[in-house]
Amino acid sequence: MRWLLGKDLLILRRSRLLVALLVVYPVAIALLIGFAISASPSKARVAIVDETPPGETFTLGGTRVGLAEYTDELFNQVHVVRVPTRAAAAGRVASGDVLAAVVIPPDIVSKISSGVNQAHIEVIYNGDALKQSFVRSTINSALAQANLALSEQIKSVAVRDIDLLLAGGQLGVLGSSQSIIGLSHIAPALSAVARRQPPGADRTTLVRVAGFAAFAARNLGIAKNVLTTVSQPIAAGSTLLHGKRTPLDTYAVVVAVSISLMFICVLLAAGGIALEREEHALARLIRAPPGRGGGLISRESLLGEKALLASGCAFLVAFAMLLGVSAFVALDLSRIGMWVVALAFASLGFAALGTAIGALAREVRAASLLAFLLSLPLAFLALVPSGSVARGLYDVIGAVSFVFPYKAALQALDTAVNGASPGIGISIVHLAGLTLLFGALARLGLRRAE
Amino acid sequence: MAVGEPLGGCTRREGSDLRVSAAAAPVHKPVLRVEGLCKRYGLRRALQDVSFAAHAGELVAVIGPNGAGKTTLLSILAGVQAPSAGTVERAPGEIGWVPQQPALYSKLSVAENLRLFARLESVPDPESVVARMLDQTGLGERAQERVDRLSGGNRQRVNVALGLLADPPVILLDEPSSSLDPSQRERLWLLIGELASRGTCVVFSTHIVGEAERYAQRVVVLDEGNLLFCGSPAELGREGGGGDFERAFVAFLRERGRA
Repeated sequence: MRWLLGKDLLILRRSRLLVALLVVYPVAIALLIGFAISASPSKARVAIVDETPPGETFTLGGTRVGLAEYTDELFNQVHVVRVPTRAAAAGRVASGDVLAAVVIPPDIVSKISSGVNQAHIEVIYNGDALKQSFVRSTINSALAQANLALSEQIKSVAVRDIDLLLAGGQLGVLGSSQSIIGLSHIAPALSAVARRQPPGADRTTLVRVAGFAAFAARNLGIAKNVLTTVSQPIAAGSTLLHGKRTPLDTYAVVVAVSISLMFICVLLAAGGIALEREEHALARLIRAPPGRGGGLISRESLLGEKALLASGCAFLVAFAMLLGVSAFVALDLSRIGMWVVALAFASLGFAALGTAIGALAREVRAASLLAFLLSLPLAFLALVPSGSVARGLYDVIGAVSFVFPYKAALQALDTAVNGASPGIGISIVHLAGLTLLFGALARLGLRRAE
Repeated sequence: MAVGEPLGGCTRREGSDLRVSAAAAPVHKPVLRVEGLCKRYGLRRALQDVSFAAHAGELVAVIGPNGAGKTTLLSILAGVQAPSAGTVERAPGEIGWVPQQPALYSKLSVAENLRLFARLESVPDPESVVARMLDQTGLGERAQERVDRLSGGNRQRVNVALGLLADPPVILLDEPSSSLDPSQRERLWLLIGELASRGTCVVFSTHIVGEAERYAQRVVVLDEGNLLFCGSPAELGREGGGGDFERAFVAFLRERGRA
């Protein structure tokens, strides 16, 4: 086996362009995917046409609110490009300069102030279905944020008024200020007066009014809490069932490394086996003339040699990637032992898949194409979160991911690097099982030497 | 003559129309014996009850039209494929194999290819064997050249050299001259003749029937997997009506409804 391994290393050394592509391409793809997952999305450029008069305000519960406060809240999630007219905005959208345009009509203030009519804004957008969906969700999200801010303002005005009703104080009415007694002071005052009254109908009435005032004060206090609940009915609190919370950037590192590992391993193993057949050397290696008992090398040893070469190379690249990335992203270096275990089993699983592809495809170009066609969707399927697609479809995705090594490798690496799960054992056993399965498939593919 | 009795290195079976030549019968023990060899691919019969023997120093040509089963026969003898039925017996030692397509690593040099296979075949002194093969095949000057930069003829010479590395008593060559120009062919046959003169049994297939007439001591004619003839080239020529060997061969096949 060592002579063949030496031969393959010599061939690799002489195929510098291939080796460079094998390393650079998956690393580039992996980094792109990793950054796409981890990087917070940059703000979309949105054109704004504000047709309202400058400095326009509207009244909320007796308080005047500037429209700009509302629109600022509306658009703090996007990169605002102010344009003077609707036509100009539509032109910017058509040219692709901005993702979308939002037109704020001149009657928006009167609609909001009326408290009866719903205010509308116009959204202009363009592009393919994906872009349209992105624009809709971005604008809807911005609108929801603005509405939330508006309701917060309404709530704060209402709470201030309730406090005044409860505690009493100065109330401005028609430009003049008036001192009012708070509800919370009425009950004690009436009770004191009632105590000074002789028993009779008046005293009974005073006691009843004082009781009502106390009751009203208590329930008005509750109303403040009710208002808070209405303005934000649901607040999220999270509970993680297993392991610890994985930061998105370290998860992106794991995704990037596992994709690189898969590409290098699968392509090298598949290409290595297919090359033996393409060069017609396979038959010379494994032919077993009558009486000799076996070939120059057994099929199992040949597969093992290719798997060892591919997994060794991929392991080194992936390990170097992890160490390199650790200079920029905080990775727990005390877990290096776990990294090695996860990378070793993952690379063996991928190498077994590669040898199976190489043995079945029979020529290098077909093997490489098959390896690409299989690897890319596997990576994307493994990243589909549960609940993001229909349950039946997710079950199918889960089944597909289960019978290929990518998801198990991702889980093993996530556990090794981030401690995402309590134990790495299940992923390792899964990978070992898949290594045997694809090894057996590869052996079947090498049944015929020609 | 009794059925199954060896005759001229071929075996006649009951009911077959196999023609055998007593004149070509060697007297010493065969180094390769094939008995009742069959090969099926699903329903298709690639070889049907083929039997013959070959002796040390003998040059045996396997000829026949395209699809006759020549490559299948040689690949079974080489151990690349297993037969569906029948047996192959051989004298102790390796069976060298030179496949139709050069089986070489194109990114390695000539010497690196030879050295690699010498080591894989566990020959006692790989370096001296490599030097000997480079000398025998006239590739000494090209030893350090990468195979993918060699001409088709030179690749075939390396291919032949690989088959001879273990100095086998039997060597199988599948259409060895197909990609060679006339002068390279002449050199190849000179090398093969030297091997035979040193006692190596050479079994080769060819679609150039003139080579069979010129170089083989015995000719095995296959068609659609059946063994039609086993004897000397002169015998085959007579069977086909004499004259030009190629025409006689075609006439032989036509006579049996095969051409």
